Amino acid sequence: MIRSLPNSTPYKILFRVFIILFFIFLTMPLITISILAFNDSNFISLPWHGFTFDWFFADSGDRLGLFKDEDLMASIWTSLQTGFVVALLSTIFGTIAALLFEEENFRFKGFLYFLALSPLVIPGVILGISILLSSTFAGNYMEDNYGLDLEFLRPSFWLVVFGQFSFGATYVMLLVSARLKKFDRTLEEAALSLRANRLEAIWYITIPYLKPAIVGAFVVAFLISFSNFNTTIFLVGSDATLPVDLYSRIKFSSTPVLNAVSFMIVVFITIFAVVNFVVNRKK
Amino acid sequence: MRKIDLTFYLLLVPVLLWLIILIVLPHFDLLLSSFKFENDDGDLVYSFNNYLAFFEDKIYWLTFVKTAVYSIVVTFIVFIITFPVAFYLVKVVARKYSGFMVVLLLIPIWVGELVTIYGWMILLSDNGVINQFLMGIGLIETPIVMLYTDFSMTIGLVYMSMIFMIIPIMAALESLDDSLIEAACDLGASKWTIFTKIVIPYSMPGIVSGGIIVFMLVIGDYIAPNILGGKSSLWFTEQIYNKFLSTFNWNEGAAFGFLLLALSSTIIWVTLKLTGQKLEKVGS
Repeated sequence: MIRSLPNSTPYKILFRVFIILFFIFLTMPLITISILAFNDSNFISLPWHGFTFDWFFADSGDRLGLFKDEDLMASIWTSLQTGFVVALLSTIFGTIAALLFEEENFRFKGFLYFLALSPLVIPGVILGISILLSSTFAGNYMEDNYGLDLEFLRPSFWLVVFGQFSFGATYVMLLVSARLKKFDRTLEEAALSLRANRLEAIWYITIPYLKPAIVGAFVVAFLISFSNFNTTIFLVGSDATLPVDLYSRIKFSSTPVLNAVSFMIVVFITIFAVVNFVVNRKK
Repeated sequence: MRKIDLTFYLLLVPVLLWLIILIVLPHFDLLLSSFKFENDDGDLVYSFNNYLAFFEDKIYWLTFVKTAVYSIVVTFIVFIITFPVAFYLVKVVARKYSGFMVVLLLIPIWVGELVTIYGWMILLSDNGVINQFLMGIGLIETPIVMLYTDFSMTIGLVYMSMIFMIIPIMAALESLDDSLIEAACDLGASKWTIFTKIVIPYSMPGIVSGGIIVFMLVIGDYIAPNILGGKSSLWFTEQIYNKFLSTFNWNEGAAFGFLLLALSSTIIWVTLKLTGQKLEKVGS
């Protein structure tokens, strides 16, 4: 049943088989893509035709490898930039929100907190179309009344950033709040009684304490941004992000270069996860 | 009265900007747009026509009902699959392995839905890995059609959402004192009794949080139904995408979007009421 209790053998075996099946289910898609990224074939799936690096480096005839595909490299670059800006904005605003809701008391706090949490239960599609509608309204209004043509109010890099930031900040807020809840308030009080003002106390005492959570939240916000599709698709302009590019390739022109991109993502994420795991365990 | 607290406003203003500009106003505009309708003279007027279009065309509300029912069913499937896994990771497996297994669980989510769903597309297609394997070992002679069906769509939906059920259940189980289970066992309770009377009731807050997140992700998903689902497995989000990105009827799309938002909020609200939980708990 649990570690401390003896178990009957059939129960133990059955449980273990279930868990093994589950982990096969979990890892199968990723392992499959990773292997097929090296398949010497023009089709994304089986049969296996031998090993090749073509889908990474080829630039000949019908094969265009990942690193030679300028569109793909451009969309990866766009996604990296978007992810960085979104993570930065989300981290700043999310941390401020965590400080506000954990440390201050004011009227309508409950309502405001509810709003801050709402992106958790609003489907990404809805956030996407809402922000598209309101930015279009605002854009038309500015153009009609002031003759201003503001690019960031049309589907563009910045609109994608705003769209992803709108929910990225919620996740940062939750991650930072979790650590802030364990914070010993007397440290701040001590700083205050030593004649620091509130801002100094937060900046020199609270923020350093929160630093691990803030760094972690920055990474999470980056990853959320990097893989987001549901909200982004409505807000994207001429420069596609990686998921938008991948989606149109999957639907209309799939070649094994998709496997190669997926393989690279899987490798980076796995390295990151393992490093993260080892570092955390050492602490 | 104390003097105006500068720090408080420095914290409040950015949060207000975020919430008003990116959450409140957009949803207000969504509601407003859903009532805008271009009449025969080409003028924009306020009317219920966009909502009427939803009820008049069978395909729309059938998709709507199907999406709602499927989302609830998928949430239950996710619970049934993931509960033993969460229990195993917290209470059964040796501590030194559980951390590593949790990392394994997280990798597919960090990799992103698009990539994993694409992986399932390769696995399930007619000449895909699973069919080739089954034919290779002689279990079947012709490929089984799995891709572009409700089956493949369900697999995709379960796969992309299950981690969001596991984590909250694990968090709830962490605080379950082992001695409760030991005591029940000493008193002769069967495993079934222990699960239904102790473990599941105790982890209910985690199950509800996970259920709400999973439900929201599933009902709002586009990638899995669109890439893995067939023509018959139309998802309501696909209708919204079509209105915005193919037919450019934004106002009707806004009405559909608002209906989806109303549906998911209602179901989540009812769940919270029935189980006596608060949204704040879901967040943690």
